[in-house]
Amino acid sequence: MDFTLKIWRQENTRIKGKFVTYKVTGISADCSFLEMLDILNGQLINKFEKPVCFDHDCREGICGACGLYINGRPHGPDTGITTCQLHMRKFRNGDTIIIEPWRAKPFPVIKDLVVDRSAFDRIIEAGGYISVNTGGVPDANALPVRREDAETSMDAAACIGCGACVAACKNASAMLFVAAKVSQFAVLPQGKIEARERVLKMVAKMDELGFGNCTNTGACEAECPKLISLSHIARLNREFLTAKIT
Amino acid sequence: MTTLNPRIPEGPLADKWTHYKSTQKLVNPANKRKLDIIVVGTGLAGASAAASLGELGFNVKAFCYQDSPRRAHSIAAQGGINAAKNYPNDGDSVYRLFYDTIKGGDYRAREANVYRLAEVSGNIIDQCVAQGVPFAREYGGLLDNRSFGGAQVSRTFYARGQTGQQLLLGAYSALMRQVNVGSVKMFPRTEMLDVVLVEGKARGIITRNLVTGKIDRHFGHAVVIATGGYGRAFFLSTNAMGSNGSAPWQVYKKGALFANPSFVQIHPTCIPVHGDYQSKLTLMSESLRNDGRIWVPARKEDVEALRKGTKKPGEIAEGDRDYYLERRYPAFGNLVPRDVASRAAKERCDAGFGVGSGLAVYLDFTEAIQRLGKEVIEERYGNLFQMYEKIVDENPYMTPMMIYPAIHYCMGGVWVDYELMTNIPGLFSIGECNFSDHGSNRLGASALMQGLADGYFILPYTIQNYLASEIMTPRMPVTRPEFEEAEKNVHDRIVKLMQIKGSQPVDLLHRKFGLLLWDTVGMERKGSALEKAILEFSSLREEFWADARIPGGTDEMNPELEKAGRVADFIEIGELMARDALQREESCGVHFREEYQTAEGEAKRNDDDYMYVAAWEYKGTGNEPVMYKEPLIYENIKVQSRNYKT
Repeated sequence: MDFTLKIWRQENTRIKGKFVTYKVTGISADCSFLEMLDILNGQLINKFEKPVCFDHDCREGICGACGLYINGRPHGPDTGITTCQLHMRKFRNGDTIIIEPWRAKPFPVIKDLVVDRSAFDRIIEAGGYISVNTGGVPDANALPVRREDAETSMDAAACIGCGACVAACKNASAMLFVAAKVSQFAVLPQGKIEARERVLKMVAKMDELGFGNCTNTGACEAECPKLISLSHIARLNREFLTAKIT
Repeated sequence: MTTLNPRIPEGPLADKWTHYKSTQKLVNPANKRKLDIIVVGTGLAGASAAASLGELGFNVKAFCYQDSPRRAHSIAAQGGINAAKNYPNDGDSVYRLFYDTIKGGDYRAREANVYRLAEVSGNIIDQCVAQGVPFAREYGGLLDNRSFGGAQVSRTFYARGQTGQQLLLGAYSALMRQVNVGSVKMFPRTEMLDVVLVEGKARGIITRNLVTGKIDRHFGHAVVIATGGYGRAFFLSTNAMGSNGSAPWQVYKKGALFANPSFVQIHPTCIPVHGDYQSKLTLMSESLRNDGRIWVPARKEDVEALRKGTKKPGEIAEGDRDYYLERRYPAFGNLVPRDVASRAAKERCDAGFGVGSGLAVYLDFTEAIQRLGKEVIEERYGNLFQMYEKIVDENPYMTPMMIYPAIHYCMGGVWVDYELMTNIPGLFSIGECNFSDHGSNRLGASALMQGLADGYFILPYTIQNYLASEIMTPRMPVTRPEFEEAEKNVHDRIVKLMQIKGSQPVDLLHRKFGLLLWDTVGMERKGSALEKAILEFSSLREEFWADARIPGGTDEMNPELEKAGRVADFIEIGELMARDALQREESCGVHFREEYQTAEGEAKRNDDDYMYVAAWEYKGTGNEPVMYKEPLIYENIKVQSRNYKT
């Protein structure tokens, strides 16, 4: 398969970027999107040009490092996957593919398609945990958890922190990310003890870092590679309101 | 030094750890504040260690090459974590977990370390539950267990097919909590490039900021490396693209011993290779072997028909299928340990019965779906099936999966004693990065257990035994000549790399080297081939330094430069792996020497001559390293040949 790629190139955070057009030919339909970029980079290196920088690591959809905005959609045209799980069979031969970094103020571009998502770490730092030190905890089975609650918790905990929700949102809101963490703990008995402080601190940090507000468009849910449901945002709102009035 | 002393505490096996903890030296809270600890790597071992040390009151500096500690490759572990809780009441105990691990490791692991691992395994589960890790549960609200390879009990705790992710996020949360209170300072997108020794003790590291290219010096009263395994040396592996062996290699070059480098695990159930552009292999969790049955056609005609596409796997009659694991190993069937399952797949494929490209076997869920229903299978493995379908474009609920073995985990690593300290005082190594617990073959769901055991429950104790004698050592200025010299070496190496300006991209050289490594130090090894490989790796090293092409500059984000440094190290590690495989004239665990097998094609161990840990000392690039032996003494377990047949 042959493709025309329009890729965002940007030297660093300070210098303005621009789209550059490249051509790749003879790509197998079974090739992954990032392997296609590897092939392009091989060509660029052969010409002694700088390869395109993009974040990636596990290449199996779990580390959350990769994230490209492809033809106007985070992680590209397929659903329920990360960029590294996207395969070229999802495109047509001869397609022009536009590749951009995540666009959101709290995620500044570092270089080309690489953005700084450390704001997510700051949000977790603010309260995305249960405050237990190592050791001195009760036996794991001392605290039964309803299976249904454990499953709901796991649904939320599946978040990989890739930032697609923020990139998809017209307000660059991090509500789905924050909701996933708040929800994971809110439904577990061991998480209830700090529920109030947790939600208040995480939401305050999210606002402070410049993420936008949620206007319930559902774009985040539609683009989430782990299909995390909007219902967690509903739970976040409920937790937040309860915390505010108690 | 001809033999090594692992400094195992005296006393009966079951009392060693308790006795050690109650008699070791500790550091009082006021002194903890005065001590700095460097932790490199933030996977399960590194994150749990950094968090726990921070909680205790030490000043911790933690480093990772990823943009966030949450992305370390522990995150990709799917199936589960072992613990001797005996919740299912099926006869498990600390001793049984210890026994299974030693046996699974084919009697090449240290008794005292493994017993301690089994002992603390239960605490890990308690800790993770307290952190809010959403493990799978029964309807009554208690924790669920599944069975895994190499065991006859169900002792594996899991969170769907994302156990590694959930455990890592637990450790990451604990770590971020310490970052928030200031006891841990986190350095993401930062790579360690050398260790600094002052008067023979580890006192710091040199790093490169992967965004700006800036080289920095960091002091620590102790240095802990937790950077995982070097499996990506093979180019194609299940490891992350950035996974590397550079930290252990740097410390090796500074005098730390490297143990059993050739013990590299090949995981039996990975998605087969499909093209020469491929960048990595994807693992399908071992847990699938609980319900999936592995087979190839028994008749060559069917193999042909399948490859031509004139027959579909479902059309092969039951009697014409060879469920070769169930046939060869009736007692364990599809749940034999990984090394045995991998070799058996290779044997069938080499004999011409492979499906797909010829290097694949079926993992079939038809029977399980009939027995349990699609919903149950979906609940257990849904995300794995989805992952498979996205990659291969086939629905595993309808068509059997195709799988083949791939490089996955390193049992070998930096040599450590009972305290997880290397032979360099003040330098510790934990998790996959060290060699200590899995012998010559790791059992499934034991990597997560070891990473967290080391980080949460072992290192935070043992490191104090060392630091107690360091309380009078003031923080050293990084302007000391030792730091200056280490930084200069790092700088010179980067300049040297950039000046090669050759013709081959680093990936190309890596791919070439990786294939050679796979052919010679992969699933089957042979003396003459290893001898040849050592020479070939050495000429590949020269080729790399003469002809690698690294574009871009040093003072910017430059992934090609990062890769180049790692690949240069991989090639040298490969040479050591081959030497290690060559000296071990026996077959044990993953190490299968063609010359040493039984008439039935099973591994033939030689306990009289090779029941030792081989620990290598660096003697300069291109020079032959020196090997030391740590004899393995089994006092509590009867050494016998592994039998998974009856």
